[in-house]
Amino acid sequence: MQALFVVLVVTLLVSWAVRLTGDPSLMLAQGAGSVTEQDLANIRAHLGLNRPFSEQYIGFVNGLLHGDFGKSFIGATPVVILIRDALPATLSLTCCALLLSLILSIPLGIQAAVNKGGWSDQLIRIFSLIGLSFPNFWLAIMLVLLFAIVIPVFPPSGLDGPLSIVLPTVTMGIILTATNVRLVRTSMLETLSAQYIMVARSKGLRESVVLYKHALRNCAIPLITFIGLQFGSLIGGIVVVEKVFNWPGMGTLAFDAIAARDYPVLQATVTVLALLIVTVNFLVDIAYGFVDPRVRTR
Amino acid sequence: MTCKNKFVNTPTKTESSVDMPVKRGRRAPLELVLGLGLTAVLFSLVAISGWLFPDEGMGMDLSARLLAPFHSWRHVLGTDPLGRDVLARVLVGGQVSLLVGFTSVIGASVLGVIVGVIAGYYRGYWETFLMRCADVQLALPFILIAITFISILGGGLFNIIFFMIISQWVQYARLVRGLTLTLREREFVLAVKAIGLGDLLIIWRHLLPHVKSPIIVLMTLNIANNILLESSLTFLGLGVDPMIPSWGGMLADGRNYLQSAWWVSVFPGLAIMLCVLGLNLLGDWLRDKSDPTTEH
Repeated sequence: MQALFVVLVVTLLVSWAVRLTGDPSLMLAQGAGSVTEQDLANIRAHLGLNRPFSEQYIGFVNGLLHGDFGKSFIGATPVVILIRDALPATLSLTCCALLLSLILSIPLGIQAAVNKGGWSDQLIRIFSLIGLSFPNFWLAIMLVLLFAIVIPVFPPSGLDGPLSIVLPTVTMGIILTATNVRLVRTSMLETLSAQYIMVARSKGLRESVVLYKHALRNCAIPLITFIGLQFGSLIGGIVVVEKVFNWPGMGTLAFDAIAARDYPVLQATVTVLALLIVTVNFLVDIAYGFVDPRVRTR
Repeated sequence: MTCKNKFVNTPTKTESSVDMPVKRGRRAPLELVLGLGLTAVLFSLVAISGWLFPDEGMGMDLSARLLAPFHSWRHVLGTDPLGRDVLARVLVGGQVSLLVGFTSVIGASVLGVIVGVIAGYYRGYWETFLMRCADVQLALPFILIAITFISILGGGLFNIIFFMIISQWVQYARLVRGLTLTLREREFVLAVKAIGLGDLLIIWRHLLPHVKSPIIVLMTLNIANNILLESSLTFLGLGVDPMIPSWGGMLADGRNYLQSAWWVSVFPGLAIMLCVLGLNLLGDWLRDKSDPTTEH
């Protein structure tokens, strides 16, 4: 219920906001040479911009429910097609970055928790703080400078073969890892002081079994919650990184739409991303049940 | 300033006690020294930048375009494509970032604390209404909406600060409400009520001092966060006026010269990173100090 409400608020805010960006008919008419007031009025009437806002909004929501986002003002491509092309690019980037950060942050966080106060803990802590302080776009630029210009291994931008996903993934992955490591460390510390860990150890289980089978499962809940909570800012970060790498995803689509005053496209991208965030948070609630049987019985 | 001295003394006191506190005592000073050192040096350099570079990093010298760094004393960090001194621009550009960071956090915390105290102290309809607003706001994908709104209203210093305040008051409101809810049931509040103190005085003298330290921690971390946010918005061309030197703006300019002049984009990024790192270290240390439960 709350999720539906959020989506409704988002669509309302966005469609109200995009209409403040300025008159697209002027932008569209610019290429045509001399423009009369009548031409502009014709363009507005053609795009449906002369109708009152409430009518335009209801039309938008109605279309949304039927899976129809309208047509782009530029070139009249159906917005659904634009989104269909851009969404997989953004999703693959998001998934790769999340995966990379989990692969890195779980062992590192456990290592830090087990050696609490030791040199590896200090080192991991400092690196995670440095990672947290990196502006994501600067990290992106530095990676391009190092691995595309100084040592030309990866393509600097665009989607061109499987290698081109490496740099954007690493950028987002490093920044996510920095936050996740701290989380794994704290929740691992909490778990390791529990009595069942002592029991598992005194049974003579190998340390790796204790850590990865007994302890890790119990820190999964805070980790999953946090991934859900930070999904919004993750998407925000990806939007920025996409722009730096010229990655053909939702972020690039949204920025181009802002520049061109292309309401339907901007409206649709923001709504789809908001839906995505709400869905992920919903899935997170369901995932609790899989990870922790106690949640199921409740 | 007295509170700082109190904090500095704590680790040495705990160091002598057993097991865990020793480790804690050993780690805290490193964070404190690094954090304080970084922020103090950067902040003071930025503060005197107007005096060090009277032209405020705007002076162009087309005969000295794209000079490499560390070659001459005149331009220690080199020059940009218009022959402007990179060091001067980095330091002057810091003024914008720090201004945005501090004012937005002060604004958001004042608004958030007022709302949080009202909701937590008076309860009733106010609480329900304000906290519903907060819930909805927390669930919105705010960066996207920020980008949309700022692209409409235009960037500019004022709009960015305004937007950050609007998007962040929620965090303070929730924190303060939670704390106030438990505080208002405590005996000392009942006692001052019995004496006949007015609500405002109770809030000001007896409640706020108790919520002070978590708020300061959140503020420190949010300053860092907002400096990052401002620079990314400016980098995307949605932030402060490109004519004013700012870290994000310099990075956006320098990106086009990455192949020929790496220094134009490396140094402003480094400045952002060091500044945010210093604040994060300080914030972390403050949090560990004020909240012993995070340490175990």
